[in-house]
Amino acid sequence: MKKLYQTMLAGAFLAVAAVPAYAQQYSGPPLKLGVLSDMSGLYADLSGPGSVIAAKLAIEDFGAAAKGMKVEVIGGDHQNKADVGASIARQWYDQDGVDVILDVPNSAVALAVNDITKEKNKIFLNSGAASSDLTGSKCTPNTIHWAYDTWMLANGTGKALVKQGGDTWFFLTADYAFGYALERDTSAVVQKEGGKVAGSVRVPLNTQDFSSFLLQAQASKAKVIGLANAGGDTTNSIKGAAEFGITKAGQKLAGLLVDINDVHALGLPVAQGLTFTDGWYWDTNDDTRKFAERFSKLNNGKYPGKIHAGVYSSVYHYLKAVYAINAKADGATVVKKMKELPTEDSVMGKGTVRVDGRQIHPVYLVEVKKPEESKKPWDYYKILTTIPADEAFRPLKDGGCSLVN
Amino acid sequence: MIEIFGISSQALFGQLLIGLINGAFYAMLSLGLAVIFGMLNIINFCHGALYMIGAFVAWMLLNWLGIGYWWALLISPIITGALGVVIERLFLQRLRDLDHLYGLLLTFGLALILEGVFRQNFGASGLPYRIPPELTGGTNLGFMFLPNYRAWVIVLSLFVCLGTWFAIEYTRLGSYLRAATENPALVQAFGVNVSRMITLTYGFGVALAAIAGVLAAPIYQVSPLMGSNIIIVVFAVVVIGGMGSILGSIVTGFGLGIAEGLTKVFYPEASSTVIFVIMAIVLLIRPSGLFGKGA
Repeated sequence: MKKLYQTMLAGAFLAVAAVPAYAQQYSGPPLKLGVLSDMSGLYADLSGPGSVIAAKLAIEDFGAAAKGMKVEVIGGDHQNKADVGASIARQWYDQDGVDVILDVPNSAVALAVNDITKEKNKIFLNSGAASSDLTGSKCTPNTIHWAYDTWMLANGTGKALVKQGGDTWFFLTADYAFGYALERDTSAVVQKEGGKVAGSVRVPLNTQDFSSFLLQAQASKAKVIGLANAGGDTTNSIKGAAEFGITKAGQKLAGLLVDINDVHALGLPVAQGLTFTDGWYWDTNDDTRKFAERFSKLNNGKYPGKIHAGVYSSVYHYLKAVYAINAKADGATVVKKMKELPTEDSVMGKGTVRVDGRQIHPVYLVEVKKPEESKKPWDYYKILTTIPADEAFRPLKDGGCSLVN
Repeated sequence: MIEIFGISSQALFGQLLIGLINGAFYAMLSLGLAVIFGMLNIINFCHGALYMIGAFVAWMLLNWLGIGYWWALLISPIITGALGVVIERLFLQRLRDLDHLYGLLLTFGLALILEGVFRQNFGASGLPYRIPPELTGGTNLGFMFLPNYRAWVIVLSLFVCLGTWFAIEYTRLGSYLRAATENPALVQAFGVNVSRMITLTYGFGVALAAIAGVLAAPIYQVSPLMGSNIIIVVFAVVVIGGMGSILGSIVTGFGLGIAEGLTKVFYPEASSTVIFVIMAIVLLIRPSGLFGKGA
């Protein structure tokens, strides 16, 4: 008996002594992450300051400090202008020692940052922009796309609506890179499923009044009006459609990129019944709920959406890769490591990063609840289907990415 | 059905009507700007922010105090107008004898501060405000479905615009105002309190913005950005109409709404820029604007 005690004690000592040796200390240089976002405009609530919070939470949860990693996060406002975004990116990389640019809602800005990041051999972890070109024709060894993209949105929503009989479509398209990509990807799905595209109208970004365009959509007699826009443009289109009795007259609205913050802004009485695809939802398990609670406390009570979750997950995975390399490494090398390691964190769950830079994970086809079905704050979605990771995103061979052999 | 440039006349009528509705907002906002510029010589860059505050006051009245749309239509302009009076007394009064540029910079700074405060507290994506139950639904006009609320917007804004124009051109108070603009010292000598009149005029101009804000609340999101989205267009309207011209701002407001509406049909990509193109052309041909008195 005494012997057993001694052995156990010795074992305990060994275990304690072994901990520091096991948890290796990071010995590479300090890291600097830049959240380049729309901090004050129409996309500020779905990304913006919330993305900075998400990045900080990820650093905390990874236990960076305990592992000896010094990680700093800074934020920048690109004002939805590609030239402004590009000059901030250059300054960050050239002068401020930023290693990674995060978030970047607005595909026009993201495509500019994509090029600069490759040129400087740094890292671009995109969650904010939607254009699937970032992992398609414009893919680089330095960019990874998290959370969602236009192909995934189009595929989930387009398929579901055509199956329900919505086989003719008219698009209200935001007049820039993102809108074009979303319209193109959705049209492809609709046509593949046997539907037809009746027409489209290109609407300038940040339009207040959509009634004119909605009347054109109505005149087209298409069964589905596809909203290839985002943020404030989407909420204004949905409000206008309700007001002009378009949905009541039988045409169905397809919000192609709807964020939970848009639903919150519209209110359930207007948004109810809207069906769309989302890359993440806060109320799916205990971990996501806990994250949402922490996040909302720091974010004026507003809950996180897919983009915030994407920023969190991408930062977490980035730190994991840097920690594994444990030395100074250039952008492409770190990204290569990130593609080797499977992604896993408490917010986004498990996933992988493909060779084209697409991070894949299961996504949800959701319907907005009726006001009486919503039991707690931000209780907005009914999950209709969970689309598995390998079906949710564009097949590797179809993207036209040069990294795919 | 008759077709005009490949578009059915029915669709065209619908678009014209929608243009008119948007024009109603331009007209009300540019009217306030014109009144303020005409009487006070101030280029009021925080007009958009005050329009936004008008909408937010309506939202707060409903959600915090349970006061509905109709009362808000009265109370919000009073509260916002009072805020305008405070701004005039605290800041603008001190700039009266200085160059225009100072007033412009000050009001621009104020607009940024006001917007920032609201964005910080309410976020950028805005808040919902429901159409009052009396005005939900709509009428089928044959060529389009006209929501009742939009019809109400046209009627009320026409009423407000023409009322203001009439008050300034044809009443005794209006004549005092016009006289005070021409020669404040002389009017003061007749025993009229010019300083107070100017303050109240500013308050009134701000109240006009607030009415537009309350009218806009149910149609658009009540959002901190709603003012900066519209203010630049409204300035273009004022410049096209002729700085300070009351009738000019009303007519160009509605007119440009229609021009913009037509652009949305024929070349939608340009709909956010067409007003500035018109402005450039007007300034080339008539530098003082369509209804300006000439420099």
